[in-house]
Amino acid sequence: MTLQLFLFFIFAAVAVAGAVSLILQRHPIHSALSLIVVMVALGGLYLLLGAEFIAAVQIIVYGGAIMVLFVFVIMLLNAREEERTDFSRMARWAGLPLAGVFLVEVAYGLARAGSRFPPAANAPFSTRELAGLLFRDYVFPFELTSFLILIAVLGAMVLARRDESE
Amino acid sequence: MNEFASQHPVLLVALPKIVVLLFFLVTSLAYLTWFERKVVAHIQTRWGPYRVGPHGLLQPLADGVKFLFKEDVTPAGADKFVYFLAPFLSLSLAITSIAVIPFGPREFTVFGQPTHLGITDLNIGLLVLFAITSMGVYGVALAGWSSNSKYPLLGGLRSSAQMVSYELALTMSVVGVLLLAGTFNLTEIITAQSGFHWGFLPRWNIFAAAFPQVIGFLCFFIAAVAETNRAPFDLAEAESELVAGFHTEYASFKFAMFFMAEYASMITVSCLATILFFGGWLSPFPQIGAFAWTHYIPAAASVAAGLALVIHGLRYGTIPGRIVLPALGFLLCGVAGLLLRPGIQELAQGPFWFLLKVGIFLFIYVWTRGTLPRLRYDQLMAIGWKLLLPLAILNVVITSLAILWTGR
Amino acid sequence: MVPVSYYLALSGVLFGLGMIAFVFKRNIISIFMAIELMLNAVNLAFVAFSRALGQLQGQVFVFFVIVVAAAEAAVGLAIILVVARNRQTLNVERVDSLKH
Repeated sequence: MTLQLFLFFIFAAVAVAGAVSLILQRHPIHSALSLIVVMVALGGLYLLLGAEFIAAVQIIVYGGAIMVLFVFVIMLLNAREEERTDFSRMARWAGLPLAGVFLVEVAYGLARAGSRFPPAANAPFSTRELAGLLFRDYVFPFELTSFLILIAVLGAMVLARRDESE
Repeated sequence: MNEFASQHPVLLVALPKIVVLLFFLVTSLAYLTWFERKVVAHIQTRWGPYRVGPHGLLQPLADGVKFLFKEDVTPAGADKFVYFLAPFLSLSLAITSIAVIPFGPREFTVFGQPTHLGITDLNIGLLVLFAITSMGVYGVALAGWSSNSKYPLLGGLRSSAQMVSYELALTMSVVGVLLLAGTFNLTEIITAQSGFHWGFLPRWNIFAAAFPQVIGFLCFFIAAVAETNRAPFDLAEAESELVAGFHTEYASFKFAMFFMAEYASMITVSCLATILFFGGWLSPFPQIGAFAWTHYIPAAASVAAGLALVIHGLRYGTIPGRIVLPALGFLLCGVAGLLLRPGIQELAQGPFWFLLKVGIFLFIYVWTRGTLPRLRYDQLMAIGWKLLLPLAILNVVITSLAILWTGR
Repeated sequence: MVPVSYYLALSGVLFGLGMIAFVFKRNIISIFMAIELMLNAVNLAFVAFSRALGQLQGQVFVFFVIVVAAAEAAVGLAIILVVARNRQTLNVERVDSLKH
């Protein structure tokens, strides 16, 4: 077993464990921590795939900013553990197995589609080329996303402000 | 041994380097606390730790023993898992960031395997440091929340909001350096700063040819002081303010972990400032011609410090001091003798200048702590968003225009 | 050498788990986190394809997905804040005043 395969299994196991923990945890802060673990594991997987810059962006933006936002909101809203209600019989006997079937089907379909590709070279991708693509070929969407972020920030500020007048 | 080393490079080359570097890092963390207490004390015209060992040199040891033996209180109703996770996360992240810092240029061989002075040499080294910094927010936020108490919660939320805000200014202020160097690789950023303007001014990024990165450096340093929650930006954790902020409910060893994490991130940020703006391990003197004698500065500095310690120690007040201090002085003279040997002299040049510059930055850190008054929280956030971020963006714009204009 | 299909299978598994979390969780913030998990699974598939085809466009798309997810998280959490303030609950099953 090569080092790459070994590392892949470790990161994959951590990611799946984090995702399962996200489902099973009752307190949202624990779910948030599990999701952070998934993000970091995915960052490791991106590094294995040679996408260095995307791995760093994943950890900085997703793990270090978006999830911080989630954790802040959970703290501000003082979220508590979910109440213990039993699943309806329909959900427990039909829902979960069907969800499992869906999962297996998606994974199998994707894996079969991927098997048609030849194993690719292992050199890491160049950040300089990625920057060239972003700033030359895809500069229009890039500038649009900056507008999008501006609108999102303004919208979030307006929505979350307490109305002093009313 | 050499064949074994070539088949197991991680075990025999990387692992000893990691162990040695960790040992030096943890020791310097401990003595950084001593250094800070001494410097702040002298700024306030008092002496600082003086009794525990000669010149208070055993104070960090005494503090460590105290932390280990204090009662470990866990607040009622605290979320146990998160409460234990937070300091561990802070400390492990802060210590991990030392792995990407290069200490010197030379390749040397360990058991026949060529290796460099630093644990790793990543192509995205700078981004990894920022990733680690941005994950460090969790230690603070989760500590505040999991203590199940209102002062830590408020302190934790304020501290983490401050850290997230200053992260923006921190990363923007570095973009000027990236434009000049063209890479995220820390070693290459340093080698891009080699050479001298007009023969005597080093080509460091703060004296860069296209646009001297002075604004960038000032933004970086101020943002870094705020990012590490140090004075004058430490409202959220200062003793006279919100009790003690996010680490109020933490006792003994867990508090020591937060403490160490803060000093470790101070060291990391000082290393980053020297690498990005002041040429890392590059010497400020050109190594040729009339300045060839600067090659001997590390050895000369060691001898001078050693002799000063010996002379001072022999007239010290207490008997143990009269033994320990001259012994340390002789040790330093021995180090100087070691530094004069040809192989080691080449190897020691880079780390000597690097550590000297890092020491100067750590002194500036402690100096600002002892001198400047604290900023109120809204003033703090206003500076981060309304002053530093626009300045950093302005720096990026001017630097890119300057690069285009001078074509460098 | 890890075959690309392994990464895609993992992406599918994560997407399925995200969907299960989305359907079965009752806390609105947990549901939102399940959405982020699904987006991450898709990102993994994009990067895997980028490696398989040797092109960088996959990573450009991942970059945009991350940015848009950040904007979406900001606005979504603001909406959650307003709903929580008005309904005093974070349980999606209680926000049912449009039901007859």
